[in-house]
Amino acid sequence: MMARITFQKLDDHSSFFWGLLAIHAVVIALGLGAFLYMEHHGHIVTGMNNAIVWGTPHVFAVFLIVAASGALNVASISSVFNNLAYKPFARLSGILAISLLIGGLMVLVLDLGRPERLTVAMTTYNFKSIFAWNIYLYTGFVVIVAAYLFTMMDRSMSKSGAATKTMGWFAFVWRLALTTGTGSIFGFLVAREAYDTALMAPLFIAASFLYGLAFTVLVLLTVCRETRTNLMSEEMIEKFRGLMIIFALSVLYFTAVKHLTSLYAAEHHGVEAFILWNGGIYTASFWLGHVLIGNVLPIVILAFLAGENKVLTGRTGIAISSVLALVGGLAFMYVTIIGGQAYPLDLLPGMEVESSFLDGVVASYTPTLPEVLLGIAGVSVAMLVTGLALKVMPFLPRAAQPE
Amino acid sequence: MSMKFEFPETCSEGAACGCAESDARPVAVAPAPTDVEHATVNVDPVEVGRRWFLKASAAFTTTILAPGVTLMAFGEADSAHAKPADQPVSAKQRWGLLIDAGKCEQGCKACVTACNEENGIATPKNLATDAQWIRTLQVKNPENGSTFQMPFMCQHCSEPPCVDVCPTGASFRRADGIVLVDRHICIGCRYCMMACPYKARSFVHEPLHDQKPEVPRGKGCVESCTMCVHRVDEGGTPACVEACAKTGNAAMIFGDLHDPNSEIAKRIATYRTTRVRADLGTDPGVFYQNI
Repeated sequence: MMARITFQKLDDHSSFFWGLLAIHAVVIALGLGAFLYMEHHGHIVTGMNNAIVWGTPHVFAVFLIVAASGALNVASISSVFNNLAYKPFARLSGILAISLLIGGLMVLVLDLGRPERLTVAMTTYNFKSIFAWNIYLYTGFVVIVAAYLFTMMDRSMSKSGAATKTMGWFAFVWRLALTTGTGSIFGFLVAREAYDTALMAPLFIAASFLYGLAFTVLVLLTVCRETRTNLMSEEMIEKFRGLMIIFALSVLYFTAVKHLTSLYAAEHHGVEAFILWNGGIYTASFWLGHVLIGNVLPIVILAFLAGENKVLTGRTGIAISSVLALVGGLAFMYVTIIGGQAYPLDLLPGMEVESSFLDGVVASYTPTLPEVLLGIAGVSVAMLVTGLALKVMPFLPRAAQPE
Repeated sequence: MSMKFEFPETCSEGAACGCAESDARPVAVAPAPTDVEHATVNVDPVEVGRRWFLKASAAFTTTILAPGVTLMAFGEADSAHAKPADQPVSAKQRWGLLIDAGKCEQGCKACVTACNEENGIATPKNLATDAQWIRTLQVKNPENGSTFQMPFMCQHCSEPPCVDVCPTGASFRRADGIVLVDRHICIGCRYCMMACPYKARSFVHEPLHDQKPEVPRGKGCVESCTMCVHRVDEGGTPACVEACAKTGNAAMIFGDLHDPNSEIAKRIATYRTTRVRADLGTDPGVFYQNI
């Protein structure tokens, strides 16, 4: 039966909602304080050094940017693949995508050595740099998704659906380009053995699907509590459950292909042994964080433990799986970004090298509190923006009404 | 008579800042003539004026001529590659280094010390975070246990990955092959450090003090060996090369790789040389012997 979808703002003022917003506001304030502290003293107060040049803030920033692209999943499935079941959540999907991207970009910018030169970055370009392209891809994403939301929310435009479909396609292609660009930041690093593969792009795209969906599900479950209505039917839970299993499997697939192809070449045995076997925290992040917590456990829970007449309800199962996927996502970013830098560059292949600049040894890195605060503040910015947006505009569906 | 150095161009940071308009090398300028003090009251004012005129004329003439005379007398050998100040650098030249590891004395750090002094870099205390534009690599062949030492710095590639990835174009390669960072538009993103195959770059982690006016640096920016561009543009050689020669080891040669008559080009044409990670196709401007 076709149902007419109506939307609502969050107009209740529960202490739960305001409490959440307040927590995020406090975390953001702490993050901004951490930024000022780092800006004043320089990066010497972080754990970063001349070998690990991108630290915890980048872990959060890239994680959020990748998740932002994936958060658009639901809208894309609705507009591009014509699956009407997802349509009620398309608006939320769009605003969440923009929010996550803003959070990630904030962290990225505030971790620059010269953040006050943001205007330089916005006006002076080297188009051979994927970073320069990403500046367009990121800002373009916000503009395009905002326009996409407009076509969904404007009464006359949404009636025909043609504009929404066109913008939906445009946003879909753009988000794939964006995550390709983000993965390529690493894929283009020819001298870093842990990266230097075109597989970084599809791996990041697969990861974006998983993390974006996980964020969407968690936000939906949270606002369900605020609206005191069940926004997700059991049918939707089932759909999300299936999607999440497929996304986690594809992340595992690309992860396996990346490492197996790398292992085939003898020259990469060192870096692969470091990541997969004897890299300490990085090996743990890979196997326990990325593989087990981030992908295998969600698959096991969703496929075998959650659903009708099983240990967990579908709703609980997908909630737990989403949290696990996000924790695993951070671990994946940690081992990818920091583990990849920690392994020393091979300056003279076949030779052992050491120097005062710590060549030839695994670089050490311990995150400091300001870095962690700045990173978490990015998540809070995304959540605060989403929360406020839900309050001021009708992004959320009401319960379906018969036509 | 003392002279002072000024930077007459628009760039406020001077020669080695690497900015696009950075032909702003320090130039010698004469200070304005000071007012003459009339020390005695019994002197004819006309005589004083005449003396003042003669003194000022002599001072002016000396100021104009002395640098040129000095340059002709002492600087001819070094200034062979100096270019006029108003001309841009040219791709006709490609500055490079040839380093003979066989002559690099074990334990010698003359090049490192000279680089630090020349560029106002403090001796590194925190090895992980302090800037090191040049270091000596201790290399061991695990197959046979043989060891050697070699100085290592920015390899001044003609296909530099740091330049490719820099979003703002702050990392750039001059026409004459020297790879620099424009400190005016470096946003401190550190992507160049991720991309450099040689770990040649340092990020300035802390506020800096006592900088050299000809080598401006800045907290939050990335930097690396400039091949002593401020010296090269004046017709000099990099400080590391000069210091190595002074030790008597003479393991380092600086010169124009494109000039077939230069010593560096002749030696490269004669002896077997190696470039570090040449397999990456970066075409480094630093050549090594006996590694």
